[in-house]
Amino acid sequence: MIISEAKPFPEILKSLEGDQRIFIVGCKGCAEACQTGGETQVLEMEQQLKQEGKTVVGHSVLDFLCDKALVKFKLKPHEDAIISADSLLVMTCGIGVQATAAVVDKVTHPGCNVVNVGGSRGEWRGDERCMECGDCLLDYTGGICPLTACTKSLINGPCGGAKDGRCEFEPESRECGWHLIYERLKKLGNLDKMKITLDPKDYSKMRPPQDLRSTIMWALERREKEASAK
Amino acid sequence: MTIAELAKQGKFVITAEVGPPKGVDIQEMLENAELMRGKVDAINVTDQQSSVMRLGSLPVCRLLIERDLEPVFQVTCRDRNRIALQSDLLGAYTLGIKNVLCLTGDFIALGDHPQAKAVFDLDSVSLLRAARELEQGKDLSGNELAGAPNFCLGAVVTPGADPLEPQLIKLEKKVKAGAQFIQTQAVYEPEKFEAFMKSIAHLNVPILVGIVLLRSAGMARFMNKNVAGVHVPDSLIQEMEQAEKRMQKSVEIAARLIKDMKSMCQGVHIMAIGMEQRVPEIIEAAEL
Repeated sequence: MIISEAKPFPEILKSLEGDQRIFIVGCKGCAEACQTGGETQVLEMEQQLKQEGKTVVGHSVLDFLCDKALVKFKLKPHEDAIISADSLLVMTCGIGVQATAAVVDKVTHPGCNVVNVGGSRGEWRGDERCMECGDCLLDYTGGICPLTACTKSLINGPCGGAKDGRCEFEPESRECGWHLIYERLKKLGNLDKMKITLDPKDYSKMRPPQDLRSTIMWALERREKEASAK
Repeated sequence: MTIAELAKQGKFVITAEVGPPKGVDIQEMLENAELMRGKVDAINVTDQQSSVMRLGSLPVCRLLIERDLEPVFQVTCRDRNRIALQSDLLGAYTLGIKNVLCLTGDFIALGDHPQAKAVFDLDSVSLLRAARELEQGKDLSGNELAGAPNFCLGAVVTPGADPLEPQLIKLEKKVKAGAQFIQTQAVYEPEKFEAFMKSIAHLNVPILVGIVLLRSAGMARFMNKNVAGVHVPDSLIQEMEQAEKRMQKSVEIAARLIKDMKSMCQGVHIMAIGMEQRVPEIIEAAEL
C-alpha cells in the first residue's frame, strides 16, 4: 500500500495556473484507500475546481494507475476529453502521475504527496520512480521525477556530465534524467517550469510519520493478523 | 584581488589549477603553484577531482594564501550535506579565502571509492544560494550568524553541451543565485564558443574560457569519446599526431586557442592536468 496525502488545494491551484480545461485522474488502488484519489475525492476536486472557474472536461478513476500499459488502455475511451484538456490533474502516488505522463502528451500535475510506500509496491517498479519524498516535484519536471531519474537527484537542472543524453554513470543503461525532463517539457511547450529555481529539498519530509512507523510488523504480517481476527 | 574585482577593472583574468595530492606530500604541488606566481591571477584548487579521495581543497587554499598566492576554493556537493558545506564556507572565509567555485561534482562511482554514499543534498544552484544567504548573515534555515562572510562566487558551464539549452537554463539560475564569474569546460572550437558567448550576452557575467592542455592525439580521442560537451576537431588531432615535438605542439595549440578566443570573453582558465610546469609557457606564447 502506498500512503499518500492530498497536496494543499492552494498548491494544486497554483500548479494549474494558466490551464482552463482540466481532466482529473484518480486510482481505485492505494489512493482510494488513503482517501486521496478515489471516486469521492475526484468528484470533490471537480466541484472545487469548478468553483474556482475551471472547466473539468472529464475524469476517470482507474484500477491501478501504477501500470503504464494498463493506464494507456484504460484512458483510451477518454481520449477526446483528454486531447481537449489543457492539462491533467492526477490524484495518486508519484508512480501514477509518471505512468499517466508517460502515455499522454499533456502536462500532468500531481495532486498528492507520497508519504511512504508502506508495504507492497506498485506494479511498475515503484521504488525506481518514486522516493516517497513527501513533497512531490513532478509538476515542475514534466511528470518525470528528478530524484529518481537523475543519478545525483539534482532538482535544478542537469550537471555537466551527460553525453548524448546518457548519464555519466552507467551510460549504457542510464539515460540522463534531466535530458528526459528537458525533452518532455520542450515537447509540452512548458520549458518555463525548468527555469524556476527550487528550494533545497526538505529531506525531513522523507521520514515516514510516527503512526506509520509505530508497528514492528511487516505489511503482510499485519494482513495475516487482521484476517485471523475476523 | 578577487576574480570579480579584476574582471570589473577590465583585466583579462588568468586562472590555472593545482590538484592536491593523494597523501600529505605537498612539495610537488606547491612547486607547481610557485611556477605560476606572477603569471596567473588565481589558482583553482580542485575538490576530490573525479571523485578520487585526496587532500582537501580547503587546507591547500590556505597553504596558497600563506604563500601570498590567490586561491579559488572549489566546492562540490557530492561529499557534504548542507551543514558541512555551510560550515566549510564559513571556515574558508575565516582562513582568508574569497574566491569560491560552486560545483555539483562528479558521481561517486567514477572515482576510487565507488562504495561510498553519494550526498548531493544541495546542487550547484542551491550551494550558490547558501553562500549568498551566509553573506546576508543567515544560514539556510534562516538562523542568524555571528558575523557574516563575504565571497566572490563562481560557477561552471559546458559551452559545447548538446543540446545546449538545458545548460543555458541552469547557467541563468546560477547567475541569479549569485554567481559572479564563470569558468567553462574545455573549449577547442572558437567558432562554437563565439556562438555560445552571443547566446549568454544578456547574463552580463565574466566568462573565463576553459583550456585543457592536449597531451596527445590519443587523449583527444579519449575526450571526444568520454567527456561530455568536449569536442576536439579532427584538424587538431591530426596536428598532434604529426607533431615531432609533441610537448611543444600542445603548448602551441593551447596558446593559439587562447589568442583566438581572447577577444570573445573576459578571461581564461588553464587546466594543465599533470603538466602544470607548462602553464607559464602557454601564457607567454599566448602573449597574455
